[in-house]
Amino acid sequence: MADGVKPRVRVPDEATAGEVIQIKTLISHPMESGQRRDDDGNLIPRSIINRFTVEFGGESVIDVALEPAISSNPYFEFEATVPSSGTFVFTWYDDDGDVYTEEKTVTVA
Amino acid sequence: MKTRMLTLAGLLLTGPALADPDDDALVINGEIEIVTEAPAPVHLSDVFDTIYSGWRYRNDETQVMESDDFENPGMLGVEAARDDWVEVAGTEEESCASCHGEPEEMAGVRPVYPKWNEDAGEVRTLEMQINDCRTSRMGAEPWKYAGEDMVDMVALISSVSRGMPVDVATDGPAQSTWEAGRDIYYTRYGRLELACANCHEDNSGNMIRADHLSQGQINGFPTYRLKNAQLNAVQSRFKGCIRDTMAETFEPGSPELVALELYVASRGNGLSVEGPSVRN
Repeated sequence: MADGVKPRVRVPDEATAGEVIQIKTLISHPMESGQRRDDDGNLIPRSIINRFTVEFGGESVIDVALEPAISSNPYFEFEATVPSSGTFVFTWYDDDGDVYTEEKTVTVA
Repeated sequence: MKTRMLTLAGLLLTGPALADPDDDALVINGEIEIVTEAPAPVHLSDVFDTIYSGWRYRNDETQVMESDDFENPGMLGVEAARDDWVEVAGTEEESCASCHGEPEEMAGVRPVYPKWNEDAGEVRTLEMQINDCRTSRMGAEPWKYAGEDMVDMVALISSVSRGMPVDVATDGPAQSTWEAGRDIYYTRYGRLELACANCHEDNSGNMIRADHLSQGQINGFPTYRLKNAQLNAVQSRFKGCIRDTMAETFEPGSPELVALELYVASRGNGLSVEGPSVRN
């Protein structure tokens, strides 16, 4: 497992029905491209987050394929419409097979 | 003739837009108001009327990253340092927290460093003080002067002082070190024969290739640079600048760079502590 991997998300606690809310996510991750070499000239193996998904109430909100050129600590910011109270599930997929998840519940008044 | 007039008009139009810092205001997390422009300290009064944080020279996309800790990648280093803060290290079974409590109790420390240390009889940077704590109080190995652990810890200690004005002492026992730093600032180094002042006084506001030259203030250090995607210590930046003059550089932690740090910090007396800032 890559060192120091920690997901973070920011979602408003409350929203009105149909409101477009702003969501910010960041996962600390080295995003090693697989192109670099160490001091001895050996290739450093690729180790990146290759996919990021968000679901709301079982429905896909966003599904991102990440490539090696993306910098460390990938940050995503996007907007989503919230029809009713529910839970956002954020999932990051690591090259090494690890999966990191976060959940945030939004209450619609 | 017509072509020449058009060219001239074009130059006039594009010239002033690049020359000055912008008018944006910086508020972090919607609550910490940052002073990014202040009257120049007395010792600088024949050079500048007003001093500006380097933040004012960056474009809007870079500026906005610093206004929210969630978007500021430098805060990842601050988080890492919070773990180190409570970690017991060394033979004395102590952590930073054993003596200092919460990191927030260090508010007010960053603005006055580098600072004269009476017991040691020298001007000390925050890094030197941290390593002194590690070796003499904790019985732990010192950190590399500009290594990741150290930069992260300096970022943490800076972050709790954000918004406070830089206020380093230039007189008293620190005066000779300050003067040594001033001499370095105005000394031309390297095959390009450039002093700090040639860029950051004579040409601040102008473009150096694709980059907008600031006054070279260090109130925002440690700085997360988009260029290398990591937190950078102030003395690493000094080293990079001197290297770019094609000179043999001083090493981070050397007496020369400690003196230079004190002097350059004093040029920013009155600006807010910003570290960890975001720059290109």
